[in-house]
Amino acid sequence: MSEAAERGRAAGRREGAAGLSPTAIRVLSVTVGVLAWEAYGRAVHSVLFTYPSAVGRAAYELIAAGELQFYLKSSVVVLSLGLVLAIVLGIPLGVLMGRRAVIEHAVDPYVNALYATPLVAVIPVIVVWLGFQTKAKVVLVFLFCIFPILINTYQGVKNTDARLVEVARSFCSKEWRLWRDLILPSSAPFILAGIRLAIGRGLIGMVVAEFYTTITGLGYMIVQYANTFRMDRLFVPVVVLMMMGVALTGALRYLERRIAPWLYVAREE
Amino acid sequence: MVVIDQITKNFGRAGTAALSSCSLDVPVNEILCVIGPSGCGKTTLLRIVDGLIPADEGQVLINGTEVAAPRPDVAMVFQHFGLLPWKTVQDNVAYGLRVQGRAEREIADTVPRYVDLIGLRGFEGSYPYQLSGGMQQRVGLARALAVNPMVLLMDEPFGSLDAQTRELMQEELLRVWRRQPKTMIFVTHSIDEAVILGDRVALMTRRPGRVKEIIEVGISRPRDPERVRRSARYLELREHIWHQLKVEVVGGDGP
Repeated sequence: MSEAAERGRAAGRREGAAGLSPTAIRVLSVTVGVLAWEAYGRAVHSVLFTYPSAVGRAAYELIAAGELQFYLKSSVVVLSLGLVLAIVLGIPLGVLMGRRAVIEHAVDPYVNALYATPLVAVIPVIVVWLGFQTKAKVVLVFLFCIFPILINTYQGVKNTDARLVEVARSFCSKEWRLWRDLILPSSAPFILAGIRLAIGRGLIGMVVAEFYTTITGLGYMIVQYANTFRMDRLFVPVVVLMMMGVALTGALRYLERRIAPWLYVAREE
Repeated sequence: MVVIDQITKNFGRAGTAALSSCSLDVPVNEILCVIGPSGCGKTTLLRIVDGLIPADEGQVLINGTEVAAPRPDVAMVFQHFGLLPWKTVQDNVAYGLRVQGRAEREIADTVPRYVDLIGLRGFEGSYPYQLSGGMQQRVGLARALAVNPMVLLMDEPFGSLDAQTRELMQEELLRVWRRQPKTMIFVTHSIDEAVILGDRVALMTRRPGRVKEIIEVGISRPRDPERVRRSARYLELREHIWHQLKVEVVGGDGP
């Protein structure tokens, strides 16, 4: 039974009725959705509603004016700095936690507590401490991003085949060599999955931080146009965020599949 | 040479005895096969000789120095092959050399020789998951030989291979050993394998393992396994070892 047929049944459709490929069904579905939105939006004709072509026009205006690029750049800077910081600190800390019991037990109460805390709740604290500028936002994105990376790395390290660790010891491997030859490659699929989750959380952290703190970024655009009821313009940053999320997690998924081909072979057998 | 002197090892808090006063001497360039019932501590003994785990009592001497940790002049071949899935055949063979910090020039020089020796030419760029079990264990053997160890520890290396591949690998190992003799401790479940390969066969008791009997194989080298299998001596040894093993497995005259 093909995967497409499975999915078709899950969605309550009749199997292979039109003999369409999954891609064709997806394209068709999105087209119908967008057209329906357009038709309904035009019919309602309300200030509080909008439709795709209006959003498209608004996007054109915002790009022509350079406004979208300006705010997007500020958001991207915040997201990248926060994410890179989370990766650079999260991976080594995760490996250390996985390899050293003392560090594991010393750090895990903090990790569990902070991971369980809805981080939105600490935004006011961060603002009081760090102000409204880029620094505060980077710290927030970092906090949103680090836990999935840290926890996944830790789990990846714990999942390393103990027999291979013994092989490494048998060949007299030093600990740092072991990280390089064994621990990191073997945890790579976990780490990438962690980064993928972190990107999703990072985007949320970024927008919420911008709602609260600032005078720039895509989040600020959203607040600004919501306050002035410019629904068409409001949707532009929303669509941009959606595209960022889809593109980044898609790229990570692709990397995950590329980086560990042996895993997929094992699964097929 | 390897001297195993009165090794005792218990596991866990309950102190399950794995080995009890186990002693063995292996002269230079001898192949000593160790055979015994399942769970008699054969693998534990090998791990102690490799320095992977400490013994509770007794000591292991290799060329007169006591084994306290894994050392570069001892290499192990594992039943599970233990190849790194993300490295190519070439990089797996080079693994031990890299880890021991040998110069890249030496590595570039050494690796192809062992790739050739073990019949893997043309597969240098393949990944382990693209190879059959027999091929993977060839890589495991080449990796161990490449560091040019004085002692080779074989932990049921052919135990997970099918019967035909296993026989081919035994011939291969004898061929390699003739070209590069090494002191070898070869743990196996197979009586046939022990007789075909070993200069001597050490028979172990059931848990807690100790050496029950050491048998001189006394079949001249170089050996042709097929001819050995038809010889009277082979049949005699096979029957003797099987009888002794059966006593241990069934527990006729247990301790």
